[in-house]
Amino acid sequence: MERPTIGDIRDALNAKFSGAIVSEEEQYDFTVFTIRKESLLEIARYLYNDEQFQFRYLTTACGIHYPSSPEPFAMMYQLHSLVHNVRIRFKTYSASKDPEFDSLIPVFSAANWMEREAYDFYGFRFKGHPNLKRILNVEDMDYFPMRKEYPVEDLTREDKDDTMFGREASGYDRKKLMKE
Amino acid sequence: MELSKDIAEKEYTTLNLGPTHPATHGIFQNILKMDGEIVVDAEQTIGYIHRAFEKLGEHKPFYQITTLTDRMNYCSSPINNMGWHMTVEKLIRCELPKRVEYMRVIIMELARITDHLICNSVVGVDTGAMTGFLHIYQWREFVYEIYEEICGARLTTNIGRIGGFERDFNDIAWRKIKHFIKEYPKSLKEFEKLLMRNRIFMDRTIGTGPISGERALNYGFSGPNLRAAGVDYDVRVMNPYSSYQDFEFIIPVGTQGDTYDRFMVRQHEMWESLSIITQALEKLEQLEDKTSFHAEVPEFYLPPKEKVYNEMEALIYHFKIVMGETEVPKGEVYHCVEGGNGELGFYLISDGGRQPYRLHLRRPCFIYYQAYPEMIRGGFLSDAILTMSSMNVIAGELDS
Repeated sequence: MERPTIGDIRDALNAKFSGAIVSEEEQYDFTVFTIRKESLLEIARYLYNDEQFQFRYLTTACGIHYPSSPEPFAMMYQLHSLVHNVRIRFKTYSASKDPEFDSLIPVFSAANWMEREAYDFYGFRFKGHPNLKRILNVEDMDYFPMRKEYPVEDLTREDKDDTMFGREASGYDRKKLMKE
Repeated sequence: MELSKDIAEKEYTTLNLGPTHPATHGIFQNILKMDGEIVVDAEQTIGYIHRAFEKLGEHKPFYQITTLTDRMNYCSSPINNMGWHMTVEKLIRCELPKRVEYMRVIIMELARITDHLICNSVVGVDTGAMTGFLHIYQWREFVYEIYEEICGARLTTNIGRIGGFERDFNDIAWRKIKHFIKEYPKSLKEFEKLLMRNRIFMDRTIGTGPISGERALNYGFSGPNLRAAGVDYDVRVMNPYSSYQDFEFIIPVGTQGDTYDRFMVRQHEMWESLSIITQALEKLEQLEDKTSFHAEVPEFYLPPKEKVYNEMEALIYHFKIVMGETEVPKGEVYHCVEGGNGELGFYLISDGGRQPYRLHLRRPCFIYYQAYPEMIRGGFLSDAILTMSSMNVIAGELDS
């Protein structure tokens, strides 16, 4: 079996899911496909089952927050075809304040905790996830700590002023957040 | 005689294993549903030592994140440190001298040996054989002494810098490394004699906590646990880093994916690591370069303190690095190394600032520990404990 190139993968995806690939870029040794989030699960299933590609290994997945972008929330997935040693990265964006993505659990069991982690830290919901609850943080936490507006320091502390060292999260007002 | 309905009905017991049960070797809880001695189902609770490394990482300059990484898998912290250094080096497109890469290989393989040594001897302890653990533990102590010679620390090593090492290895370190590869095999052989073909040990471990190769892949297993299930995925071979392509070594592979296979794979990997260290020492002998211990990347490599106090350039670069005045390329980079437990990955988004914009840590433990209920279902409680220690679940890595 021949080792598929990135071009093969792009062509196959374009033929199978027209318009699903929004953009493509090279980031160091990875090719990053930005895809529409509606096609996420189907693309993963196709790449998993396809005899030529065999992307059977979900390396990792995580959420990302770009507060100044029109589509502020993103999920990143990395797939690895161990047979051919080809790795690709998918990113999918959501403009919603309360984003929902398809769960990849039907294809990869490994996605379970990765998605719970993304829920825990970013508040993303995953359609079809059987047990979507917090995983690393305490269950009664009422915010999503990895979103950029949450500062790293405890909000109730007043003894620290780190503005000199550039530690302040962008555009947050401690007093205002406290009131909310 | 007819039994009344509530007597005949089956009853299950709920058992809390953990959070601080000594047999779990770390702080995590399992809520087990038991039918007598048999585990019917399990649910894990994790996060007891969550320290928000990913969030902290967004607020620390690159060189300070090293200290976060060695608190993940604390049984093999140098691999974590170096994985992080290599991620940043990839981002800034920095190439290291061969000598530095070989020195890193030596340290990483020593770390792998200590990691496997702890895991395997603890499997022994959980089957009732305390002797192996006590006997072989001295070698972990010895490796820690080697770390101490190189970086001054033992457990949370913070070893090396972005761009290489903070100083060259001293003579004592070299001597100790040579002593280790000479003397350790004897202890390892004795340890193998004690357990490998031991009837009790084999009865306890063969067929305990098995997982098929297909399921293991689907669960994102990596490292010795995946290889025990028969999949020969090793990052060192698949995507070599730090000149691993220059070395000859075997990837041991199991067949059943059970506790015994995991034990055997780790055992064999220790021999392979010893061989890699020997090869690295030979290669270092052959290199013409006998002195370099870091790459020439003054914008990122923290200069030695004595230079900072006495040399103009070093002071300037020190100031630039610490105050975040260096130009950092923008981009996304993923780098993975073969950690003690498998693919340890760092996903770093840089927006050109002194801290990462986003840092995601792919911790192998976190990903494969979710398969635990599937592996222990239908087995005895004591086997569940054995399965956990043979999977080498490290709380620090699990909870990040």
